[in-house]
Amino acid sequence: MMASSYNAKEDDGHHPGASGPGGAAANSKKPDNTAFKQQRLPAWQPILTAGTVLPAFFVIGLIFIPIGIGLYVTSNNIKEFEIDYTGIDMSSPCFNCSQNFSWNSTTPCKCYLPFSLDQPFESNVFMYYGLSNFYQNHRRYVKSRDDSQLNGDSSSLKSPSKECEPYRESSDKKPIAPCGAIANSMFNDTLVLYYIDPNGTRTEIPLVDKGIAWWTDKHVKFRNPGGSNANLTASFQGTSKPVNWNKPVYELSTDPENNGFINEDFIVWMRTAALPTFRKLYRIIQRKNSMTPTLPQGDYTLEVTYNYPVRSFEGRKRMILSTISWMGGKNPFLGIAYITVGSVCFFLGVVLLIIHHKHGNRSSADIPN
Amino acid sequence: MDPVQAWCWSQPEKDQQRQVIRSFIDLDCEFDPFKYNSIIECEKPNNDLNRFRGYIVHRSGRRDGLYKENLLLRGCTVRNTEEAVGIVIYAGHETKAMLNNNGPRYKRSKLERQMNVDVFWCVIILLIMCLFTAIGHGLWLFQYGDKRPVFDVPSPDGMDLSPVLSAIYLFLTMIIVFQVLIPISLFVSIEIVKICQVYFIHQDMDLYDEETDSHLQCRALNITEDLGQMQYIFSDKTGTLTENKMVFRRCTVAGVEYSHDANAKRLAMYQEVDSEEEDCTSHGGTLPRRDSVTSHQSGKVVLRSQSTKSHRRTGSRAEAKRASILSKHTAFSSPMEKDITPDPQLLDKVNDGASQMEVMRFHSQSLSQIPSDLSDIIDFFIALTICNTVVVSSPNQPRQKVRRFELKSPVKTIEDFIKRFTPSRLTSGSNSSSLSSLVTNRSSSHRGCSSVLSSPSADSTLNKLDEERRTAANTNANATGTLDHAFSPVPASLDGARSPWAAAMAEGELRYEAESPDEAALVYAARAYKCSLVGRLPDQVTVELPHLGKLTFELLHTLGFDSTRKRMSVVVKHPLTDQITVYTKGADSVIMDLIKPPPTDNPKGKRQRKILHKTQNYLNLYAADGLRTLCIAKKVMSKEEYARWLRCHLEAETAIQGREQLLFQSALRLETNLHLLGATGIEDRLQDGVPETIDALRKAGLQIWVLTGDKQETAINIAYACKLLDPEEEIITLNADSQEACAVLLEESLHYIQSKFLCGSSPPAHPSATKQQQQQQQQQFSAFHLSPFSCSPAKSSSSTSSSAASSGPFLVHRLGLVIDGRTLAYALDRSLEDKFLAVARSCRSVLCCRSTPLQKSMVVKLVRNKLKVMTMAIGDGANDVSMIQVADVGVGISGQEGMQAVMASDFAMPRFQYLQKLLLVHGHWCYSRLANMILYFFYKNAMFVALIFWYQFYCGFSGSAMIDQWYLIFFNLMFSAFPQLITGTLDKDVSAETLQELPQLYMSGQNSEEYKPYMFWMNMIDAFYQSLVCFFIPYFAYADSNVDLFTWGTPIITLALFTILLHLGIETKTWTWMNWASIAFSVALFFTVALCYNASCPTCYTPSNPYWTMQRLLGDPLFYLLCFITPFTAVLPRYFYRACQGSLFPGPVQVGRQLDKLPAETRRNLLSLQWMKVGSFGSLFGPRPSFFPFPRGCGPRSRQPHPSSSSSSSSSSSASSTSKKPEAPDSTLNSNSLETWTRCPSSKPTVNQHTTSAGGVQQQDSGQPPSSPSPSASSPHPDSKGEPLVPPTDTDTLPYTKEPKRARGAPPSPSSMDPPAFEVVELPSDFRPLGWMTSTPLLAPQPVPQHEGKAGNAQGGAQRRDYEGETSPMHRLLPKEGGAHRAQGSDCEKEHALKTTLL
Repeated sequence: MMASSYNAKEDDGHHPGASGPGGAAANSKKPDNTAFKQQRLPAWQPILTAGTVLPAFFVIGLIFIPIGIGLYVTSNNIKEFEIDYTGIDMSSPCFNCSQNFSWNSTTPCKCYLPFSLDQPFESNVFMYYGLSNFYQNHRRYVKSRDDSQLNGDSSSLKSPSKECEPYRESSDKKPIAPCGAIANSMFNDTLVLYYIDPNGTRTEIPLVDKGIAWWTDKHVKFRNPGGSNANLTASFQGTSKPVNWNKPVYELSTDPENNGFINEDFIVWMRTAALPTFRKLYRIIQRKNSMTPTLPQGDYTLEVTYNYPVRSFEGRKRMILSTISWMGGKNPFLGIAYITVGSVCFFLGVVLLIIHHKHGNRSSADIPN
Repeated sequence: MDPVQAWCWSQPEKDQQRQVIRSFIDLDCEFDPFKYNSIIECEKPNNDLNRFRGYIVHRSGRRDGLYKENLLLRGCTVRNTEEAVGIVIYAGHETKAMLNNNGPRYKRSKLERQMNVDVFWCVIILLIMCLFTAIGHGLWLFQYGDKRPVFDVPSPDGMDLSPVLSAIYLFLTMIIVFQVLIPISLFVSIEIVKICQVYFIHQDMDLYDEETDSHLQCRALNITEDLGQMQYIFSDKTGTLTENKMVFRRCTVAGVEYSHDANAKRLAMYQEVDSEEEDCTSHGGTLPRRDSVTSHQSGKVVLRSQSTKSHRRTGSRAEAKRASILSKHTAFSSPMEKDITPDPQLLDKVNDGASQMEVMRFHSQSLSQIPSDLSDIIDFFIALTICNTVVVSSPNQPRQKVRRFELKSPVKTIEDFIKRFTPSRLTSGSNSSSLSSLVTNRSSSHRGCSSVLSSPSADSTLNKLDEERRTAANTNANATGTLDHAFSPVPASLDGARSPWAAAMAEGELRYEAESPDEAALVYAARAYKCSLVGRLPDQVTVELPHLGKLTFELLHTLGFDSTRKRMSVVVKHPLTDQITVYTKGADSVIMDLIKPPPTDNPKGKRQRKILHKTQNYLNLYAADGLRTLCIAKKVMSKEEYARWLRCHLEAETAIQGREQLLFQSALRLETNLHLLGATGIEDRLQDGVPETIDALRKAGLQIWVLTGDKQETAINIAYACKLLDPEEEIITLNADSQEACAVLLEESLHYIQSKFLCGSSPPAHPSATKQQQQQQQQQFSAFHLSPFSCSPAKSSSSTSSSAASSGPFLVHRLGLVIDGRTLAYALDRSLEDKFLAVARSCRSVLCCRSTPLQKSMVVKLVRNKLKVMTMAIGDGANDVSMIQVADVGVGISGQEGMQAVMASDFAMPRFQYLQKLLLVHGHWCYSRLANMILYFFYKNAMFVALIFWYQFYCGFSGSAMIDQWYLIFFNLMFSAFPQLITGTLDKDVSAETLQELPQLYMSGQNSEEYKPYMFWMNMIDAFYQSLVCFFIPYFAYADSNVDLFTWGTPIITLALFTILLHLGIETKTWTWMNWASIAFSVALFFTVALCYNASCPTCYTPSNPYWTMQRLLGDPLFYLLCFITPFTAVLPRYFYRACQGSLFPGPVQVGRQLDKLPAETRRNLLSLQWMKVGSFGSLFGPRPSFFPFPRGCGPRSRQPHPSSSSSSSSSSSASSTSKKPEAPDSTLNSNSLETWTRCPSSKPTVNQHTTSAGGVQQQDSGQPPSSPSPSASSPHPDSKGEPLVPPTDTDTLPYTKEPKRARGAPPSPSSMDPPAFEVVELPSDFRPLGWMTSTPLLAPQPVPQHEGKAGNAQGGAQRRDYEGETSPMHRLLPKEGGAHRAQGSDCEKEHALKTTLL
């Protein structure tokens, strides 16, 4: 009984499958006459000739040039100031400090760089430090970190990843926290900005050190071991500070929200730069109100606590002040690129037009599209 | 593999008769494997299918020879018997079939070979890049000296590596980082695409044969793209070009020809049905597609046309289908072959003769009184009926059972002979007492077992008894009173319901199973005259004749057909005359030599001679009609003669050593002094669409050689029938007897060709003769305008393969070369092969007759290796297997001759005509798709890798990558994989219709135009450019910003993805929804994967740790700005280049695509016109439609020969005579002169022959002013340039010079000279689209005139002036040519001098 019903079912199921959609006999090998199988799918067949691509070139040109102009203007409206404080020159205020190649000099060397802004900086000003010739993208350097340690994983804290070698354990066999070459080479200059009133008084400009890292980094990727409210000193018990650091990681800041692994300067540094010349966000100068510019025109002094040696690899250190627009920092390149490409497209369009006019005009009249 | 205890038919290749080992015949009990105990000694397993030697050693010590007739090969179909008992001799991998199967030869397609070179280049590029990076890293490290910077991380143990060591490590690292450049995934993708291509080829309805319910099979999956690059096709004739369905057409008996007009009409009717069918199928086939281009109604139309098509098809093919079902049981029988309408006159005579014989027999008179012509006719039909190995079966009882009780072996011993051929009245009394114990006839009642076999002496007594009984039975049965038992027309045992023959007769239809279709055709023909074969047993043949009823011929011997003797014979005892008669059937050439020379003195002899003469005439006529001819002869032997012969023959048969040779000699002794009965003409019908296919393939630039085992005349005739040879072209025939003669012949031919074509140049334009001038212009024009398309495969091969040693002409001329097997053997000798090739390659068609399978493969190998061309071999039989295996692509026709060719082939198809679509459409598509995909792959990988390479400059050459490793892995695997696969599978550069209608487009594949070495480098350069763009636009956009490594790298890979997709978009020719979908899918997949990946885990994926990168990027306007500008900038140059290419110098394929775009109506008109034109080109200047308004190029050249032909026939004959004169003294050439003959298969004898004598005689027909239409052979040529030789400026001679080949020496063959035929199209002036189509810009100097000319032409003859004006650029170009021309002239002078010294 079961078997018979099963058979009937199978027959039923089998039959429509066997006779193809074309109604072909079940055993015939005749191929189905479908557009796909016969390779007759309806298709758009563009033919690239001067006449057909001509509009594309003009359209691209016409779109790109205005975009380029817009970008260029936007970029030009961004104010940016940059000062190199490496101290290569003898005349440079930081020359003396730069002679110190040591990472762990106990006496902080300070230097003061005066500069003046020709134009007031409206809105928020972003303060960057820039390094040149610093290959943060070196293959072995990039690898040299332990993300789970930075995420607060306690086991990783005690035994960091092998990737951190040779900055994994200190000489007394304690695990280094944070381990790895990136952390080890953390930028440790301190920059302070003073505004010099026309009357000569020096006011320190308040620098906000929060919000300079990615939100996800600060809140997801980087976590202190032992939870957010734990005693950091206790949490980092049994670990060693990176070789080049002056103080352990839990003393990076006094603000518990910005200390330890979630110190934003640290987070910013850990995000390795793409290119050997890079800048990293250091502080934000919040605009106070809409009436006064954030940084008024005038003289300023940059106080640098010079710790970070770059002379060994002929690096440069810069301090950059910049406003930003919707497209980021000041970079006229993209605007110029758009304008150039747009112009080239336009020019090629004209060339094609000529070609088309000379050799394809007969055809264009006849292309029965 | 076993000897069988029955007569059976095997079908390894053809039906072949197998025999039971003699001792087994005697073994009339059931074969009992447990009791049987003998030793078989045989050869070691070998692969020779045609040889088997061994013997059985019985327990008695008797040895029985085993031959190939006793062996059943693996894979055979046993027919005609229901059971077979045998002993396995070879099994498994030792079987001959397996030993013959060398396993699939792994073929690499040409494209892949090319590709591999480029893969090799990729490796080199990779190594260079790695080396560069390594050195860079070393230097970078070196600059820091001892003070290691903080970012240079020491090795884990804290040691600093030296720069050199670091560099070495980095080199190895970079190999891993850059290894994407080696396109491993390419190989996978190629395989996928090929499988899809194979799938589509399988699915093509046009390649499906309803009749056999089979479609084209791709047995080799990896060489589909080779189909698009073929240059030479080597074809078998029988079964490939022809259907291998032999149809009896006409015969001549006793010097009287019976034309069988009714039969011819009937056949014509078949043909009509076929052609009508073709019409409707082609209609049905093209209509839907055409419509689908235009509108949405297409669906309906498709359906309707499809239904009508199938309806008609089934209707008209019903008969064929029935036949095919039938033929599953019976080979070689279709209604066309079977139903023969007899010639009434002959039928009357047969009836007449038979009735007279009946009367004679009744009155016991000697049959010699019958008029000789009537008896000849009867004998003729008897010969047709019995002189074969046809076996009869009836439909309801397909396997004729062997009745043991009446089975007698053929005469095996003298004693047997004496016993059987001494009238029984003499022997019956004394019976067989005198017979020795060796008598081996066996009786049905005898149920002895194997012991009988082992103890023949015991057997003998039983035999004797049996003999008596049987004789008695026979005499009783023949109650008619005939004295001789052998005379009995119908043995009693045959009558009655038991007899299958009788049953079959009741059924009304007998089936004949024959070794070859010829035999079947003849038997069917005889049956039409009521002489039907009703039964055949090993020892007797029963024939039913009108009036006479059934006659049983005792079959004494069958001397089978072999290719050396070219004939077969049967020795029978004629039941009417009681004479021993030999009927011989064979090739006319051999039979005519064996005819007994008629006595010269008496009238009978005279009559005989007359008959001989007439028959020979008719034979020639048949051959000219393309019929296969066979001569039928007979010989009456006296008993003494026979006995003498038999003695020798039996010795031969029993010999173990050299049996074949002895049998051969024995047969030669028998087949002498024959009496000619008549001759038959059998038509080997061409398959459907063969001429059209050959025509199209030839226009596609394919050289087609036919290699056949058939004889020369037949082959030539078939060649004409299938348009392989053109009536108007000259044929060089090479028949040589010796190596030296062959060498001389080849030398002669080479000189002939050179003198005719190589130095040929048209005289300069004469200002006064306007017509001539015009023609000159046209010639130059056509010669010129063809030049950009260096299409001739021969030419291209010559340019590519300098190794081809022959200095001969490389262009293909309007010459046909016919060479026979013997000469071919000489020509294939190492010393001559170059010359042979030089001659052969300059001929348009080559026909090798009488060639053995080995020669076939040698020819293919020679051409393939020496000319470095792509070869395809196509055949259907086992004799083509070697050729199929040797060729680059082997195609097997799954026809009537079994499966061996199919097994060896790469592609198997049911019909030859499918070759057209397979090559022109699928081949082209496969090639162009794959070529483009490979190029794209190289580009893609290079572009991708280069991104990382550029980055090394900014990361201290440290081997760092800004792109996340998972993106690196997935990029090739997922993100960019699908669109290219879709494009590689589905892209169609030109539609199937256009490809078929313009076969010239195929040449792009032949010349590897889609994939040339420079293209690889262009692609590499483009890849590097694009990667530069993709790298540096983000670089500058993010320069000196706070971007981090992977936030910067992710846009770059996104841009790279967009760029390669855009690039693919530019290279994609047809956009179906699948293309769109795949691209959209790719992009979507990338972003989905990126977003998921970047959101999945904040701490995993070290070192990149791209957490939330993509999410942030999507919120960054800069990212979008980059995505917008970079891909456009990257593909801009390619886009611009493609646009310019499309406008300024479109290749043929592009023009084909433009044609595709035209609306259906216009396109159809255009194509039909073009087709016509192409046809006129293609049929090599065949009759041009007279309404072609302008005499461009070939126009006048094709037409002029006809008026001048009659006048030139004399001149040409004189020319030929002069040309032959110098040869005449050469004694070696007497027998094998170099023939140049012109063929006109139709009745119209247009002699269009131009024989340029070697002495520098030139002849000019059309090129010359009409005032001197018949050039005298010695007239000094008015060539201002003083060229010694000016060949005929006729159809076949475009000015041909060696050096300016490209400029003007366009090959005259259509294949090479028809550039994509869009050029010259006559259209009504309202057909402007044509102008568009042909409107190609004037920038490039070369294509200018042609296109302008075209345009002018396009507007009809009225615009002649325009046209002339537009051709003027050509004139400007002429001087240059002139220079070359002069150079050529001196060349020719040298040649000439050489020649004169030679002669």
